[in-house]
Amino acid sequence: MRELVVLSGKGGTGKTSIVGSLAALAQNKVLADCDVDAADLHLLLSPTVRENNEFWSGQVAVIDENKCTLCGLCQDMCRFHAISDFKVDPISCEGCGFCFHICPVEAITMKENLAGRWFISDTKYGPLVHAKLGIAQENSGKLVALVRQQARQIAEKEGKDFIISDGPPGIGCPVISSLSGANLALLVTEPTLSGIHDLERVLGVCQHFGVPPLVCINKYDINEENSRQIERHCLSHGVKVAGEIPFDNVVSESIVRGVPVVEYSSGRVTREIERMWRMLSGMLGNGSKG
Amino acid sequence: MIISIASGKGGTGKTLVATSLALSLKGRQKVQLLDCDVEEPNDHILMKPEFTGSESVLIPVPKVDESRCTYCGKCAQVCAYHAIAVLGEHVLTFHQLCHGCGACSYLCPEKAISEEGREIGIIETGQSDGVAFIHGKLTVGEALAPPVIRKVKDKVNHDGTVIIDVSPGTSCPVVEAIKGSDFCLLVTEPTPFGLNDLILAVETVRELGIPCGVVLNRAGVGDAGVEEYCRKENIPVLLTIPLDTEIARLYSRGTTLVEGMPEWKERFVALFDGIREIANERVSRIKW
Repeated sequence: MRELVVLSGKGGTGKTSIVGSLAALAQNKVLADCDVDAADLHLLLSPTVRENNEFWSGQVAVIDENKCTLCGLCQDMCRFHAISDFKVDPISCEGCGFCFHICPVEAITMKENLAGRWFISDTKYGPLVHAKLGIAQENSGKLVALVRQQARQIAEKEGKDFIISDGPPGIGCPVISSLSGANLALLVTEPTLSGIHDLERVLGVCQHFGVPPLVCINKYDINEENSRQIERHCLSHGVKVAGEIPFDNVVSESIVRGVPVVEYSSGRVTREIERMWRMLSGMLGNGSKG
Repeated sequence: MIISIASGKGGTGKTLVATSLALSLKGRQKVQLLDCDVEEPNDHILMKPEFTGSESVLIPVPKVDESRCTYCGKCAQVCAYHAIAVLGEHVLTFHQLCHGCGACSYLCPEKAISEEGREIGIIETGQSDGVAFIHGKLTVGEALAPPVIRKVKDKVNHDGTVIIDVSPGTSCPVVEAIKGSDFCLLVTEPTPFGLNDLILAVETVRELGIPCGVVLNRAGVGDAGVEEYCRKENIPVLLTIPLDTEIARLYSRGTTLVEGMPEWKERFVALFDGIREIANERVSRIKW
C-alpha cells in the first residue's frame, strides 16, 4: 500500500480539485482529507457518513472560584497569557497544565477537551476518512495523524493499493503531520511569484522529512514566464514536473456542480490530469507489493 | 484600529487585499502592515520593503544538568507534550515537541533544569514606501507557528491603522493572528469551496467576538451561494473584485492591484471607511 499526499504551501492552488479527480481516476484506494480545519474534499465526493466519532484532545485549565485565593501565581507564570482576572481564556490556554501543578490551593483542574469530530464515509470512489476540527481549536496536527492512521487501517483491512490524501496549506504542524512517512508528495503550485516562493518552502519541508516530491503547475498559462522559472527551479533541484494544467473555467464549474472535473469535462484539463495520474501511479508502483 | 484579513480557504486573495488596503491608506494616516502568515509569508513579494531589522524567535526549551538530576521523573510527569522523558538514568528531551511552557524547569525539585532559547523562526521589520512593514518566517521543518505570530504582533503600534494578513484555515495560527482585532475582513470567492470555508471562518471570528465583513473576489465565476449566505447572516459584502485575467496577471508578477490599476485605490479607501463605520458603531454600542 502506497501513500500519496497532495500539498501546496500556498493555499488555493487547486489541491482539492486535483485530489477529487485522482479519486475518480485511481482504482482500489482510500481517500483522506487531511485539511481538517477547512475541509472541502467532501464537496466533490458526496460522501455518506458511515461512522461519526468524537475527537478528544488536549486539556483546558478551569479555575474553581470558590477555592481560588486570588494569589495571582497562575497568571504570573502562564507563558501563553491565558489567565487574567483569575479566569482562564480557553482559546488562549495551550493545556500545558503548569498552573494546575503550581496552584497552592489546588483550585485548578484540567478538563478534557472535545476538539472536533472525524468521519469514515462511503463514496462512489471508495472510502473517505475526513474530519472537522472544532471552532478555534488546537491540535490540528493530532487530528491529521488520526485521519491518516484510520485511512491506513482501512487500506490494510480492505487490501487497498493506495491512500490519496488532500493536505492543508502552509508548512507548519498539520502539514508535517500529513507528510511524514508518506511515499510521495505532489506539490500543486501556480505560476505567481507567491506560488513560487511558497513552493520553495514546501519543497524544503519534503526534503527535511525525506519524502520525494513531484510538482504540478496549475493554471500554468496565466504567466508562462513564471511557469518556465518553476520548471528550471525543479530541474536544478532534481524534482520532476508531473503535470501542467491550463487555466479553464470548467474547474470552477465542476466545483459548483459538486463533481470532480475529470467527470465534468473531457477537455484539456481532464486530459492533463489523466496524464499526470499515469505518471504518479507509475512512480508509486504496485501498492500491493508494499 | 487593527484590521485582520482572513479567509478560511486559501488563495482567495488575502495578500492582494492586505497590500492594496495598506497602500491606499498611506499618506492619510500611519499604516502598519503585519504579515502573520508566517508559514508562507507573501506580502514582502508585493511590497518589496527595505528591511532594517531582524530578530530571532526563540522558544525556551529545557536543558538538563545531569550532575544535579536524580532521575525522579517529575519533569516527564508534568510535561503535557511528552517533550521530556526519563529512562533509567537518562533524560531525553524532544525539543520539536516542546511548547516552552516552563513547567519542567520550575517544578524540578533539584533545580536541575534550566532553559535555553531555540530558534524556530525570525521576524523582519522595515519600511515600504510609507508603510511600516513587519513579517515573521517560520523555519522550514518547524511545526509551531503561533510563537512566531505572537512576536510579529508584539510590534503592533496602536497609534494608527494596523493591517494583519492571516494564514488560511481556522485553527491556532489563525486564532492567534486575528485575536485582538477590531475588525476581521474575510476574503472569499463565489464557489462552494469558498462558501464552506467562509462559514467556518465566520464561526471562528464570532467565537472571538470580532465583527466581520466580506470581500468577494473573482466575482463572476461560480454561483450565488456566498451572497445568499451573507444576506441571510447579515454580513456586509464590503468590496467585490471581478474575475479579471489582468488582475491575476498583475498578481502573478508581484504587482499590487492599486499600483497596477490606480482606479482601485478609491474603492479600497471606501472599504476602509465601511470598516471604520462598523467598528465605531460597535464601540459606541458597547459603551452605551
